[in-house]
Amino acid sequence: MSEFALETRNQLIGLFGIVERNVYLTKRYFLWDIAFMFWTIANTLTIVFIARAAALTGHLSASQENTLALSLLVGATIWAFLGIIFEFMTETVAWERWEGTIEYTFMAPLSRLVHLFGQGAFAVLYGLIRATILFFAVALFLGLHAPNANYGAALMLLALASLSFIGVGIMTSVLPLISPEKGAQLGFVAQGLMLVVSGVYYPVSVMPEWMQWIAKISPATYALRGCRASIVDGAGIAWANVWPLLIIAVLATPIGLAIFKVGERYAKRNGKLKRSG
Amino acid sequence: MSTLAPSTAELTSRLDRDAPAVEVRDLRKTFKRKDRHAGRFARKRPWPALDDVTFTIASGECVAILGQNGSGKSTLVRLLSTLLIDDGGEARIFGHDVQKDASTIRRLVNRVSVEASFFKKMSAAENLSYAARFYGMGPHQTRTAVPEILARVGFPPERRGESMENLSRGMQQKVALARALLTSPVLLLLDEPTTGLDPRSKLEVQEFIRQVRSEHDATILLCTHDMAEAETLADRIGLLDRGRLLFLEPVEDVKRRFGVETLEEAFFAATGREFENEAQDDDDEYREVFG
Repeated sequence: MSEFALETRNQLIGLFGIVERNVYLTKRYFLWDIAFMFWTIANTLTIVFIARAAALTGHLSASQENTLALSLLVGATIWAFLGIIFEFMTETVAWERWEGTIEYTFMAPLSRLVHLFGQGAFAVLYGLIRATILFFAVALFLGLHAPNANYGAALMLLALASLSFIGVGIMTSVLPLISPEKGAQLGFVAQGLMLVVSGVYYPVSVMPEWMQWIAKISPATYALRGCRASIVDGAGIAWANVWPLLIIAVLATPIGLAIFKVGERYAKRNGKLKRSG
Repeated sequence: MSTLAPSTAELTSRLDRDAPAVEVRDLRKTFKRKDRHAGRFARKRPWPALDDVTFTIASGECVAILGQNGSGKSTLVRLLSTLLIDDGGEARIFGHDVQKDASTIRRLVNRVSVEASFFKKMSAAENLSYAARFYGMGPHQTRTAVPEILARVGFPPERRGESMENLSRGMQQKVALARALLTSPVLLLLDEPTTGLDPRSKLEVQEFIRQVRSEHDATILLCTHDMAEAETLADRIGLLDRGRLLFLEPVEDVKRRFGVETLEEAFFAATGREFENEAQDDDDEYREVFG
């Protein structure tokens, strides 16, 4: 086997290791997962019930109420999906620092791209499972129907958007490396900012103009717009949503990785990796 | 060894065994820290953790670096394991520069620290498998290698699936040793591996280190503040004091040089201070830079 093939093989095994570790930990924290799932479903219900409340005004037909409820549900589901990706990415460093394993991971011969991408890959898989459960649980509970839904298109778009989310997530994951506590806090701020400008429960056009400008560079804007159109209206994959996601995906991962490397260098120069010995 | 990750095996076979295993020249590392006695708003001042440290370790040798808390031992281990970037000088492992050739170094080196750092909810077997993946060991390899290495460190087979948080400190340290050896490092960095262990676990770990030396072609750098441990395990003993390496010699040469009977006396002769008298404050402040 050539050296390149050998190294590629080793890196793929390393990537598998990251995913495998997260599977182990998810199994060990299974009851927490059930509790969080319950909380997310309850929280989503409180949002989707707004459509029922709006119908009480008498200005909405049953069909419009269903459309509004579905639209809110898509927003809440993608919010939850994004939240998981950001949580996993932001906590890549924070979590390992808490467990005390960070130095062992950073001294291992695993490329940072593979390390962070492995974390992102698990987050996407895990997030998709949870988002699917959330969507159908709430839809069933409220008796919502989406006869024209194009789930395949929504899923494809979400998969494409995930690449951008991982890239942006890598950028935020560096924050706890630079400042252990403040970094994790800033990660939440970044996540909140991205979601609020992306039109989670409302069209982007209702926001002030400066927020609309930020929305243009947020991958969540296009994911939300496209998924909503696919599920509520049965639309296919629109190029208008694909190209911005492609550009952000192509740019976000290398930029995120470059930022992470700068942060890692800073941490190594200043002794910011957790002392576990 | 059957547990060798493929590229590590390849790399190991290509190493120049006549080159020093470790070659450190004028290595410097300075952190900035606040003097807690200077008030809340005091500016951070440079604190030399390593001050022009120079030494070499031959392939297959076991060298102990003695020093108290805050003397720079852990900084040295971190620099050699690519976890810190130096401020000057150079460090080479089998001819590979630690900073410039970090990816190669990572395949050659592993480390056991004072704290057995693991995912506490995962079992010993899961933690070891996870660590092994980073070194290119797939599931079919770890299925046999993990039980083998755990058996070698005397870990009870029936406890392999138990969460790390349920294991005693001694057990956890054995798993940490197993993790380091699983990747077949040519340089093993032991940073106070027996600190905090009960006497029996301490002896077991020390016995295992001896066994590793006799059975493997590994070079060992042992950083400790346990003088008896250093004397028992190492070929040569160095003393790191406030970032400066005062000597690195066989123990008998050290005693002869200072005309003393014990290493404690040698420490006193070399530094003018009692070994036990180090202020804990220094250590606490030093640790802040890692917090």
